[in-house]
Amino acid sequence: MSAGLSALALERRRAAWWFLLPAVVAVLLVAGWPLARTIWFSLTDARLDETAAPAFVGLSNYLLLIEDPDWWNAVRNTVVFAVASVTCETLLGLVIALALNERMRGRGMLRAAMLIPWAIPTVVSAQIWGWMLHDQVGVVNQALLALGLVERPLAWTADPDLALWAVVAVDVWKTTPFMTLLILAALQLLPDEIYEAADIDGLGPVGRFFRLTLPLIRPALMVAVIFRTLDALRVFDLMYVLTGNSAATASMSVYARQQLVEFQDIGFGSAAATGLFLIIALATALLLTAGRVRLGAAEGGR
Amino acid sequence: MSARRLRRHIGRVLFVLLMLLIAFYTVFPFYWAIVTSLKSGSALFGAEPWPAHPAWGNYVAVFRDRPFGRNILNSVIVATSVVAVSLCLGATAAFALGRVAFRGRGVLLAAILAVSMFPQVAVLSGLFELIRWLGLYNSLGSLVFSYLIFTLPFTVWVLTTFMREMPRELEEAAVMDGATPWVVLTRVFLPLMGPALATTGLLAFIAAWNEFLFALTFTLTDDMRTVPVAIALISGASSFELPWGRIMAASVIVTVPLILLVLVFQRRIVAGLTAGAVKG
Repeated sequence: MSAGLSALALERRRAAWWFLLPAVVAVLLVAGWPLARTIWFSLTDARLDETAAPAFVGLSNYLLLIEDPDWWNAVRNTVVFAVASVTCETLLGLVIALALNERMRGRGMLRAAMLIPWAIPTVVSAQIWGWMLHDQVGVVNQALLALGLVERPLAWTADPDLALWAVVAVDVWKTTPFMTLLILAALQLLPDEIYEAADIDGLGPVGRFFRLTLPLIRPALMVAVIFRTLDALRVFDLMYVLTGNSAATASMSVYARQQLVEFQDIGFGSAAATGLFLIIALATALLLTAGRVRLGAAEGGR
Repeated sequence: MSARRLRRHIGRVLFVLLMLLIAFYTVFPFYWAIVTSLKSGSALFGAEPWPAHPAWGNYVAVFRDRPFGRNILNSVIVATSVVAVSLCLGATAAFALGRVAFRGRGVLLAAILAVSMFPQVAVLSGLFELIRWLGLYNSLGSLVFSYLIFTLPFTVWVLTTFMREMPRELEEAAVMDGATPWVVLTRVFLPLMGPALATTGLLAFIAAWNEFLFALTFTLTDDMRTVPVAIALISGASSFELPWGRIMAASVIVTVPLILLVLVFQRRIVAGLTAGAVKG
């Protein structure tokens, strides 16, 4: 009997490998191989407009990259963007999730409304906000002028001092719902009893939040923060649509794609793309250690 | 005593105001897109909250002057195909990862999760070469192929969490009757996983529908563009002359079906988004 069972288990294990094979092959083909090729290209002088076989040039593309102020500007833009937007989204998401967790009329409707920005394609939200932030006839400037908050219309997307913050604002609008929904789901898993105990202990609402709620939802919150940070570090659509290739907002992805496609410099562009990949890998390692989260607990939906 | 009641009332009013503010912030931009799409001529540049003479002109123009119908069809074809492929490959892989204990399972799951975090730019040049080699450049096939990089890991991951929750007794009973793993998957589990497959498929569909970078890079001509690229590339002579009315009309057309889908499947989407993230 036991021999029969283990034969069955063995057959199961063999079947499992066959079940996995198609997906693993697909992932290797669509992600593993292209990544390896990108890294290889980064060590050559390959160009899109040249048919001759590319020559190996060692690390010279990386040396050029390190000396390019535009690259460091892109790194700075990306990091500022990621830190600012994830911080705002987390705080705003917490406030909205706590509010939605209260029993009240219209809660279902508000939660449904929260899904609208999440469902809108990023390109579309960039266009809608580009129109609202239009420097001359945009509704935001008109409202600010009418309220007397500014003296003349602001060039939100053209002014180098404002453009990055405009991009952050659009991202916060678009992705706060994702944060809110994740935090709300965590809040709704908390049992009511812990709050009853807190009432007996005489904790006020503020103490209740910091001493009870926050520590309990911390794992879910950390997962959401990590996921959003990694997503923000590879941002492309928002900058490209709102401000084009403008250096004031260019992210690392925008910079790398510009080198690859517009300047047709496959070697150098691949070095920038590999740089972005390394930075994201580093950020993942740092966040996972700092957050003390199991990798397995994270999960994504864009 | 009455001071305390007053304070409670004020708190209540402030809370309602906060809710209204959040609702306004969330909904207004889309509302404004609808309003703009119904305006024409100089009315476009005014700030009235509802157009005095709502007109469909922008909607007609989007389909008349550009291949927008074709773009929508392209997006539907690409997103549907990539979801179908991902669900087929994802369901079998999830069965192996969720139900069978074997060495290297944890590593494999971690690797799949890592791929879903890949920056798309990092594979751009390698994928571009592969797509040209396969003869898929400037065709919808290039997008169906490349989108697997984010839909497949996502599908495998979510379906694995759902697969784990299937009752063990069901499988044991089938195995006792001599069912092979393939039969267990296709005859026992998949019929029960309808809701899970629908949720996962819907989320992958939305991700594929919204993708921009690959679609911008791997297609060249207007008739191969998908919706996000078409909307991003609508242009005029200058920034001031951008046809904002039409851009907003196109935006509303592609967003309304998504919003309806999301509202109808609200509960499932929230469940799918939070699967794994909260339960761990």
